[in-house]
Amino acid sequence: MSSTKTIELAYYALLREQRGVSNEKRATTAITARELYLELKTEFGFELQVEDLKVAINGDFTDNDMPIHDGDTIVFIPPVTGG
Amino acid sequence: MRFKIFESPLDKMDLQRPFSNTEAGGYVSFEGWVRNENEGQQVIALEYEAYIELAEKEGELILIEACNKFDIIEIRCGHRVGQLKLGDLAVWVGVSAVHRSDAFKACRYTIDEVKKRIPIWKKEYYKNGNSGWLCPVEGYSQATKKR
Repeated sequence: MSSTKTIELAYYALLREQRGVSNEKRATTAITARELYLELKTEFGFELQVEDLKVAINGDFTDNDMPIHDGDTIVFIPPVTGG
Repeated sequence: MRFKIFESPLDKMDLQRPFSNTEAGGYVSFEGWVRNENEGQQVIALEYEAYIELAEKEGELILIEACNKFDIIEIRCGHRVGQLKLGDLAVWVGVSAVHRSDAFKACRYTIDEVKKRIPIWKKEYYKNGNSGWLCPVEGYSQATKKR
């Protein structure tokens, strides 16, 4: 049985517009960032696939398969287009 | 901080200020401007959004890499966010070195890595009324959606 944790999400650009907010707190039982994104994708209809995204946890790039913890700030990063 | 995100117009005089150095034999800069066309669509304006905290951290890392790879004296990079007009300066890289070759290489390395790695996103506004976040994923296009 997975324990529920509360995390903070921040959204940018495409995902921000699709979600309709910049930040939100969320209770989740997802174990990894990948699982969390799949949960969000199902709930909010995000069009990007998890393979298209990078993830940052608490301000650093990390791997989608890293575990998430209570209190983490998680940002899913769509393909970048700066420059 | 040598890599910086700017919410106001980039000021070239200000960006170049750290480069006065009598050891340097050369200085190279790159300027990325807002262009009026992309993939056959007429662009009228741009918007950039950044995850500023991570963008500046990753940007600093790129500049450290450039310093380790090339024999340079000074390097800086600035990137705009917010609403930009055609012709506006969107990104700027400046590098000084004793000899020109490494200044050119470090400048090229920096802009290429910035485009690949920095969490910044570009939204284009088109003459036909459409707009969209660019998203280089096969089969995905936001550009056809109405603003």
